[in-house]
Order: sequence, then C-alpha cells, then structure tokens
Amino acid sequence: MDNILQSLAAIVGEQYVSNRQEELYLYARDQGTMDPHPPDYVVLPGTVEEVREIVLLAGREGIPLVPMGGGLVLSGLTIPLRGGIVLDMKRMNKIIEVNPVSRYAVVEAGVAQGQLQSYLERHHPRLRHSIPDAPPMATVGGNVAIHGSGHLSQAYGFHSDMVNGLEVVLPSGEICHTGSCSASPYWFARSPLPDLTGLFLGWFGTTGIITKVALKLYPKKKMKDVLMFVTENPDYVPDVIYRVTETEMAEDVLVLSAPKPDWMAGFQITSVALTADSQLEMDFKRKMMRQALAGYIDDREGGFMFLAPNLKKNFLETPQRSVARYADVNKGGGFEYVGAIMPVEKFPQAYRSGVEIAGKCGTTYSFIVRIIGRAHCMMFAFAYPFNRADKEDVQRAQKALHETNAAVLDMGGIPWKAEVPAQRMIIEKMDPSARQLIGRVKAMLDPRGIMNPGNWEV
Amino acid sequence: MELQFDTSICADCATVDCLVKCQYMHFDLESARSERQKLNNGEDSPVLHNCATCYACEEYCKLGNHPFYQIVDLQEQKGIWPAPRPIVHQQVKMFSPKGDFVPREFAGVPVNLCLFPELQGRLTGRLFEGTSVFFSRDLFCNLVYLHFAKNSVIKERVPGVIQRLAACNVEELVCFHDECYALYASWAPAYGLEVPFRPVHLFKYLIDRLKENYSQVKKLGLKAAYQRPCSTRLTPAKEPLLDELLELIGVERVPREYDRENALCCGAILRMHGREELADDINKRNLDDMVRSGATACIFNCPFCYLTLGEMVAAKGLRPLLISDLCRLALGEKL
Repeated sequence: MDNILQSLAAIVGEQYVSNRQEELYLYARDQGTMDPHPPDYVVLPGTVEEVREIVLLAGREGIPLVPMGGGLVLSGLTIPLRGGIVLDMKRMNKIIEVNPVSRYAVVEAGVAQGQLQSYLERHHPRLRHSIPDAPPMATVGGNVAIHGSGHLSQAYGFHSDMVNGLEVVLPSGEICHTGSCSASPYWFARSPLPDLTGLFLGWFGTTGIITKVALKLYPKKKMKDVLMFVTENPDYVPDVIYRVTETEMAEDVLVLSAPKPDWMAGFQITSVALTADSQLEMDFKRKMMRQALAGYIDDREGGFMFLAPNLKKNFLETPQRSVARYADVNKGGGFEYVGAIMPVEKFPQAYRSGVEIAGKCGTTYSFIVRIIGRAHCMMFAFAYPFNRADKEDVQRAQKALHETNAAVLDMGGIPWKAEVPAQRMIIEKMDPSARQLIGRVKAMLDPRGIMNPGNWEV
Repeated sequence: MELQFDTSICADCATVDCLVKCQYMHFDLESARSERQKLNNGEDSPVLHNCATCYACEEYCKLGNHPFYQIVDLQEQKGIWPAPRPIVHQQVKMFSPKGDFVPREFAGVPVNLCLFPELQGRLTGRLFEGTSVFFSRDLFCNLVYLHFAKNSVIKERVPGVIQRLAACNVEELVCFHDECYALYASWAPAYGLEVPFRPVHLFKYLIDRLKENYSQVKKLGLKAAYQRPCSTRLTPAKEPLLDELLELIGVERVPREYDRENALCCGAILRMHGREELADDINKRNLDDMVRSGATACIFNCPFCYLTLGEMVAAKGLRPLLISDLCRLALGEKL
C-alpha cells in the first residue's frame, strides 16, 4: 500500500478508500461528453473531522482534491482533471435537524435528494424542499454548489438562494460556518451578516468542501395538478410565461419541446404546476390560469392540452422520472445539456438557435426550460442525448454543446454548471475586474491550487 | 368522398330537431329553421362557431340526414377552428399512422382497443378468452377529428385503415370503443365508403359472451348511472342492447335527467376547445344528477369518458366502471 493510501486509510478506515483500477475507472467519468480522467484515490469520509484531515493531508502533499456528491452533474465537474483524490461525500448523509417552525433543515452535504424528500414525507408531511429533476441520489450539497434549480424554483429562485448557511472545510483545513449559524445556534438565514456563503456556491468545490447545508423548507400543499398550454410559435412563449407568472399562482413552470414524441414535435408546451390545500383553492387557481391565457385561446393561437390521467401522472411526479427516460432516448447511456441561464425574453432566439444547431450537428434534441423566480430568468436546457459506445455520436453531441455554449453567450446568457471549455468561454467574456477578483479569492483560500484544479481557472 | 346529405329532407322537416334539441345552443323553431337553411345553402351560421361537437344532432335527426357531419364539413371548408390551432395540429400529429403495422391473420376474435393501450390489461378473463386484442395508430378510427373540423384527415386516413384490416382477412371486428364502431356503422356509409367486414359493437359482444357463460353470471344488484358518450349519437340503434346487457347482469340503469337522448358530454373535448366554463358547468350538472339519482356506480362505455370523468365520479362517491369491467364483476372475476 502506498503512503497516501495508507494515510487515507488511517483517516477513514480501509474499506472507505481505494485505488483499485475498477473503481478509479468509474470515478474517472460521468454520463456527459467530457473525456475521462482517473483519480489516484477515491475516499469516502464519514465526518467533517475526516474531511478536515483529508484536506490537510492533500495540502501537505500537494494532491488535488475533487469533491463529489451524486456524480450526476454531467458536465465533468467531478472528473479529476489532474488526478488526485476524489472525495465522495455520500457517507455524510445525516439529516441533523429539521426546524418545523422556522422551516429549515440542516443536513450533511451527502444527503440525497430522495432521502430528504422521504424523510420529510414521513416525519414532517407539511414541509418539503425544492427537488431537482435529477435522479433521487443527487445530493443536496452537490446541487446547491452548482446553483441547481427544481420544483419550487419558479417561486423561490435557485436552490443556492434557498441556502441559509453552510459548514465548509476550507483548503487550510479550518472548519468554517457561514450564515446565522456562525453567530447563533440557529441556521435560519444568511442575513444580516456579510454573505460568506456565496464564496462556496457556484465555485464547483474550488474554494472549499461543503460538509453541511442549511436548506429552506416550504409548506407542502395537499393537492397538485398540472396544466399544459400548447403554442406553435416560440415568439409567444415569453408573453405566455409573463402572464402565467403574473398570476402568482403557478408553482413550477416549465416549457418543453422536442421532435419526439409526435405530440411535442413543433410545439412549445408550457407546463404549469398548481398546488392547493382544498378543491376550492385548486379550482380558483385553475380558473385564474385559464383567464390569464384566454386571449391566446380566443385568438386560436394556443390552448390547453387534454392530459389523460396516465400521461398526467408523469408530470405530477417529483422528481419527474420521464426526464431520466428521455435522457437515454438513444439507448446509449449518454446525455448532456447546456443549461443556459438567460433572460426569458431570449426564448424565441434560443429555441430557433437550438433547433438549427441540432440540425447542423445531426443530433436529436430536447428543450426543457425551467422558469426561475417569477421569470427573473430561465434555465434553458438544450439537451443532446447520445450513444456512449458510438464515438461519432459523442462527437456530434460535443460539437452541438460547444456551438450551443457559444450561441448562449452571444445571446447574453450564461451556461450553467459549465464544463471546463465553457468555463473558459465565460471567463473570456467576463469583466476583467470580476475575473481578477475570482483569481484573488481562489488564491487567498487555496494558495496551493489543490481544490478541483482545472475549474474556474482565471 | 362526399357526404350523402339530402337538403330536401330538411325542407320537409317540421321540427328541425337537429337544432331545436341542441343542449349547447338555443334556437326556437323559427331561428332553427333559418339557421338550418343557411347551413344547407353552405352559408356561415353561428351554429358553425358555437357547436360543441357533441354529435347529438345526428341522433336528433330521425329522418336519416347527417346534420353533424355537414357541420364538420362546413367548419372545415370555411376555416372555422372549434379548437385552438396548436391543439388541432397536435391531435392530428399525435394519432397519425406510423406505417409500421404488418397485416396478419388474427389468432382469435379480433378486438380493436382503439388507441387505449393502458386498458390492455383489462381485457382479460372469460369474456375475452380466445380474442386477439390489438391497437395501432395504423388502425385508429380517426373519428376524433370530427371534434376538430378535420373531416379531411378522416377521409385521408380511413381508407387505409379499412384496407389494412381487410388485408388481415377480418370478417368481424369487435370494437371496444364505441367510436370505432361508429366509424364503420355510421361515418363510412354516410360518405359512401364500403366496409368489407362486419363491425360488432362491444355491447353485442358482451351479451353473447355472457349468454355463453350464463350459469356463472351473478346478478350484481347495482344501481348505476350511465355516462352515455358522444359516439353513441352516431349509432343510437344499439341503445336497447345496453338495456339488455344490464338486465342480464342485474344492474339497474337509474333513470336520470342526463341519460339517453339528453346525455351530457364528458367535457374533455370542450376543454380542448377552450370552453372550460361550459365544461365545468356540464360536469357539475352531470355529476350532481348522478348523485341525485341514487346510483352507487357510474358505468362507462367510452374509455375516453372514463379517463376524463373517472376521478371526478369517484370523488362524488360513485365507483367508476367500464362496462366490460362491470361484466367481469358479474362473472365473479376480480378487477
């Protein structure tokens, strides 16, 4: 056993560290198009103390450290580009506290979305958190670290906006708390303190390892319904969104479009999730939604789809499993998307550009757009499934992703959870002062450059 | 393919029931006569814009004309859209033939499940022993497009459907969905299209199978409200078969305001048309009427009505049951 492996085993126990080829193979890649690169070690810490010791060891030895949650990011952010140690956080899966009155939960970063969802259903049925449409094994820590979004994002913003505070192991090995918990036993808010939490959200693990997250919880309504409004002119969509969000009654708002199945081909389908505590409330919300879009119906330019119960139940699921099914439409296990965060008014341009790029690159596509925070922006996912076993197919998807990133930046959007080539494109466009500030923050927190190197390199 | 419609029949009609009896538009005899005349002249009329496409005028006309098919043809000719354009286009794409049906000899009695694959597992038990249940977009009846002023789509697709079924050497076709039966028994003859096999309505099929298994039939002693579907309006002559069937299994079809000729639409099509308030109104009236009637179950002939109203009916305390499921219960089978 080499020295590093021995040291890691001394920290976490032999069964939670590995440098076996078959495991390194798995941790070298994700489901996206980024080229694989193996780590030297994989370690699964069980406590914040163990994380701290691993960070200190990595610092001493100058070994890269790559934190990983569910490993579902798709854009290569947990691929150890320069080798080193992958820190798989899944063992840190304790739900530490739920404060039902102040509506927040404190969880270890490796708690899975499905785990928290089922815990709340069982113990706090009137509470919920915002769930992404990722497989349930996606972790809370990983998702907030990439500014994820989910079923409550239309109402409350990005998942990172729902964070009240963090526990973080800094590259120096210090354990740091941000938000109210830094000065109080309660994890109720990030305000009114200097917002240190932002130093770790969206940085992809380059500034520290998130070990605990305080997450806002929200009232859970008793009933759920979904309405699907169909248009066949992308120019209408920003206005449809405006009208829907103006009602303040929609919970989750998505826009879907894809060449398959036939009922989606050529249409933009705005899916509006409604929740209520009584039939009266639900009926009222449905009525308001119809009223908001009545002009389109009267002009015969848009209408509500009839959803048979068997189809509707797919759209009522949280998370929506159909998203994962679509992800493998080519039955090749590959799926990646450019999730562009952009203004809602860019929908028509983004839609046309995505169709054009897919056509040019010879790929299939699907667009899944999630409205964030009352239409303050949208996450426009240009998704390109591919067959991992078919090199040409992978290259087609890579080309489409690259062109989409460029098109998104040209339109004024910003690729979300950007893979390294897209990060470079963003950095090139960035205000030089902002770019320098990123560099200074990173250098201050991680002077040896061991934290997920290759990412956000300015 | 031209509609066999005789305007001289209307000229001699004393009652203009096709419009006077309409549940969604209100005409006295005089205004009905005037609008009927406009339609027969091929002119625009409020009828073309306000039609709920419930098919009922086909049943109200006792003189054998086809007032509803005429309305649909005129709507399409004049570019009148009963539903928003994207909804119509989506419907047209959604059920278009895929071209992947390979003609074959059916091993058992062919039973066409229309396009309700989710019900496939329900066609089991003694009633469906020895059948070949199938569904395919290539064999879809397409009559749904009557609701969307797209008779042209039906005209374009149906000859192929008939041809494909004929290529399977089908002699008798059991239609699980009332609307499929209506295609062969009403729409095709109205447009002069020959059907080289005999359509068998589900009621007739169920009666025959129940009679074969009569010793095992247990009278259910159930009071049930019947949700009569729009497609029944195209072939009302089979109505007595339902009464016979229900009597066989000991189910009382409770008399109520919105049954038989006065039946109300399930509302799904009206919602697709964007007429949500009307749909809410008729759903409420219909469900309240079911509850008032003392029924403990609601029987559905049309799977689409079942999908639309099933949950609403259950919320009112009535058990929603497809007619085929009801017959299986009478044979002591578990659903």
